[in-house]
Amino acid sequence: MPTDWTVRAITGAMLPVLLALTLVEVGSGLVLGSFEAQLLRYPTLLALVPVTIGTAGNLGSILAARLSTSFHLGTLSFDLADEHLAGNAVATLALALSIFPLVGVGAWGLTALVSGVRLSLGTVVAISVASGLSLAVLAVAVTLTVTYVAYRFRLDPDDVVIPVVTNTCDVLGVVVLFVTVQLIL
Amino acid sequence: MTVREVAREAYREALPALAASLVGGLVAGVVLGGMRAELRAVPGLLVLVPALLATRGNVYGSLGARISTALHQGLVEPRVRGGDDRLRAAVAAALANGLLASSFAAVAVFSILTLLGDSVAPLPVLVATALVSGFLSGIALAGVVVTVVFAGYRRGRDPDTLVGPIVTTTGDVFGMLFLLVAVRSVLFVAGVI
Repeated sequence: MPTDWTVRAITGAMLPVLLALTLVEVGSGLVLGSFEAQLLRYPTLLALVPVTIGTAGNLGSILAARLSTSFHLGTLSFDLADEHLAGNAVATLALALSIFPLVGVGAWGLTALVSGVRLSLGTVVAISVASGLSLAVLAVAVTLTVTYVAYRFRLDPDDVVIPVVTNTCDVLGVVVLFVTVQLIL
Repeated sequence: MTVREVAREAYREALPALAASLVGGLVAGVVLGGMRAELRAVPGLLVLVPALLATRGNVYGSLGARISTALHQGLVEPRVRGGDDRLRAAVAAALANGLLASSFAAVAVFSILTLLGDSVAPLPVLVATALVSGFLSGIALAGVVVTVVFAGYRRGRDPDTLVGPIVTTTGDVFGMLFLLVAVRSVLFVAGVI
């Protein structure tokens, strides 16, 4: 159902969801605030924050977009043996394995150039790869669950799944980074 | 298709977009890492960061998707000049919603941290920072989204595939840079008053 192109109509369609998502993101900010002392002590960890959140959200939204296209084309079934489901899940893990080592090296290298580092390269890469792989597994689980729920309630997956998955993965990104930092440091 | 084929195709299609947003995210991260003095001076600002960044993505991602759908349907002409009413309304709505969500986030962070008994900067400082950064990054992002979607469409690319990566990449970078500009200006003005 297309919205009229007026400020009022667009706001009416968008603002309630936007405010709800904002509250969810404030939740992830509170997790960030709970280890603020550590983040301020180690600027490399601070540098990991936006890129970890962003990559987690992207992994989820790419998977969600692909699953919802397969779903519209009728090639998706919610069966663990389904090749679209399994193939896309495998690709998400492979993408995380390729991207997160670069995330660690990039965050460490750029911070070293700009403000100096206190953590070793190995530690930073370990933190980013460990959180990246956990996030990929969570992104797959969240996306499959939300797509399935949308399918059961006959909602268009394009409208619902992508914003929910992206913002959930944002929050999980911060939580997983927090847990990983506590385990590794 | 076998699982292996599906996985390989999905991997190849997603890698360039992920790599682009990786660069944006790293630049944003380095800016955040360089903001430690401001984060210490404005308690609660770090708590606000994810909400502000996500608002950029949600609002301008939706603006891009709206414009690219309208291009497909012939509702909007792919020209910035000429002042199309629909286009102007969509950009104005995006800016207004972005500002509302940003100040809502600032009020929520202030109230929650106050309830929890944590230290938090005065409400006007948080709201002013959220509004100034929301306005500056909103103008920049609306410009980038409209220009890139139009340019892509005129060159025969599907604007739908451009919007996501562009908004996540530039949203992080502009969101963070203008947050730094905003918090410095607000601290300066607060210091003068």
